[in-house]
Amino acid sequence: MKKTIITVVGHDTVGIIAKVCTYLAENQINILDISQTIVQGYFNMMMIVDRKLSPKSFAETADELERLGEEIGVIIKCQREDIFKSMHRL
Amino acid sequence: MLDIFEIRETNQMIEKENLDVRTITLGISLLDCVDSDLETTRRKVFRKIYEASKNLVNVGEEIAREYGIPIVNKRISVTPMAFVGASCCRCEEDFISLALTLDEAAERAGVNFIGGYSALVSKGMTAADELLIRSVPGALARTERVCSSVNLGSTRTGINMDGVKLMGEVIRQTAENTKDRDSLGCAKLVVFCNAPDDNPFMAGAFHGVTEAEYIINVGVSGPGVVKKALEKVRGENFEVLCETIKKTAFKVTRVGQLVAREASRRLNIPFGIVDLSLAPTPAIGDSVADILCEMGLEYAGAPGTTAALALLNDQVKKGGVMASSYVGGLSGAFIPVSEDQGMINAVKAGALTLEKLEAMTCVCSVGLDMIAIPGDTKASTISGMIADELAIGMINQKTTAVRIIPVIGKGVGEMVEFGGLLGYAPIMPVNPFSCDGFIGRGGRIPAPIHSFKN
Repeated sequence: MKKTIITVVGHDTVGIIAKVCTYLAENQINILDISQTIVQGYFNMMMIVDRKLSPKSFAETADELERLGEEIGVIIKCQREDIFKSMHRL
Repeated sequence: MLDIFEIRETNQMIEKENLDVRTITLGISLLDCVDSDLETTRRKVFRKIYEASKNLVNVGEEIAREYGIPIVNKRISVTPMAFVGASCCRCEEDFISLALTLDEAAERAGVNFIGGYSALVSKGMTAADELLIRSVPGALARTERVCSSVNLGSTRTGINMDGVKLMGEVIRQTAENTKDRDSLGCAKLVVFCNAPDDNPFMAGAFHGVTEAEYIINVGVSGPGVVKKALEKVRGENFEVLCETIKKTAFKVTRVGQLVAREASRRLNIPFGIVDLSLAPTPAIGDSVADILCEMGLEYAGAPGTTAALALLNDQVKKGGVMASSYVGGLSGAFIPVSEDQGMINAVKAGALTLEKLEAMTCVCSVGLDMIAIPGDTKASTISGMIADELAIGMINQKTTAVRIIPVIGKGVGEMVEFGGLLGYAPIMPVNPFSCDGFIGRGGRIPAPIHSFKN
């Protein structure tokens, strides 16, 4: 299973998680793990998701999440898990 | 499971500290394109490069998108053209026509540079080698993307001083031919001692004859990441300093390894090596000199610089070696002047001289790199500088190189602008005393002895 990491960074506001989760649910993307924290006054969230059932390609999902981020006023990035795993795990 | 701070750390490196994969370089053997007819050779060369590289840029962009890591350059290296053109090129113009073919092929592939307009003459020159070398000023003036390199010496063969003399003249002529662009041609021309066959970085990349048909080599970078990591251990002792560099180099290299493996899989081309390099760019915060300053030097070039650089270079390798299954190329810290804002500042402040740069090249990769010198510097003086640098490589069994730019019409202290990743540089003074008699001797310097090391 190829996991994808979604990160959301920006000013905290009402409904960020709700909007992102709604998008994921509508596109058959399953959330495996989610954590959120405030670092230096900024909202930071990361999700580990599984796109196996999603009809959309990686690039489509990434583009749409990026646009959703622009609407909410946060930065949403979508990256394959491998880059983090190779850097932080032996 | 990964935690949020690890993910944040990686993304900070990419977004704020200029972590990137500097280049994916596709190596292509052109040995099977050799033909006694020039036009046939050109056609075969173009077709082979085109077929091999048509997906290179797309795949690079796809990987960058999916992993969220910038891949700055996609490039091509080919078999040294002196071999490819040996049986069909009868004059300089014939070789130049091969350079034009390379340029066209690179443009079609969408890559910014193609390396391999090269000759390997560490012991002697064949007629074709000499013809290619003499054609370099014409080829670099008439092409945009072609990079040229000449290997003039090695630890096993000594230094070809006839070649050194000739290259002094060729560098000057290349500068003359491109003087309307601040002698930019010389930024695409490098001479080596102990040139590696698998270097992915320009201008010195070529696909060595010991390599496979096709290969993917990757060059990583990340001086900004190392600098940032060192900010957190200010004032700590050398043990802490070295450990921090090593761990950071490991992380940076792992990204390179991942990208190299992925590119290799998607292009269906074998993975060659990861080049563990700290390659700076003129961007603020992407400087090797800034790392030296962070270690405690006022400017790069201050006393202690050579030691600091030696330590940096060694720790980068120690950290990187474990992160990648195959390491090669130049691997180490690069110290180009025009491509590193911290180096430029050091030259402007009077802290960094050519002589100090030469000393620094004893302990790092690669050599006198992207250094602008006065346009009236004599060819024999350039040859003398080359000979000095190659001697360091020959004796110390390491790669050294020279990429200097005599900027025609400009003198010491004036600025030259090369643009883009090539940056800008203040022109540095060159020792004015002559070495004509030495360079004029001809012949070669014998290979060094490998015992009695002192």
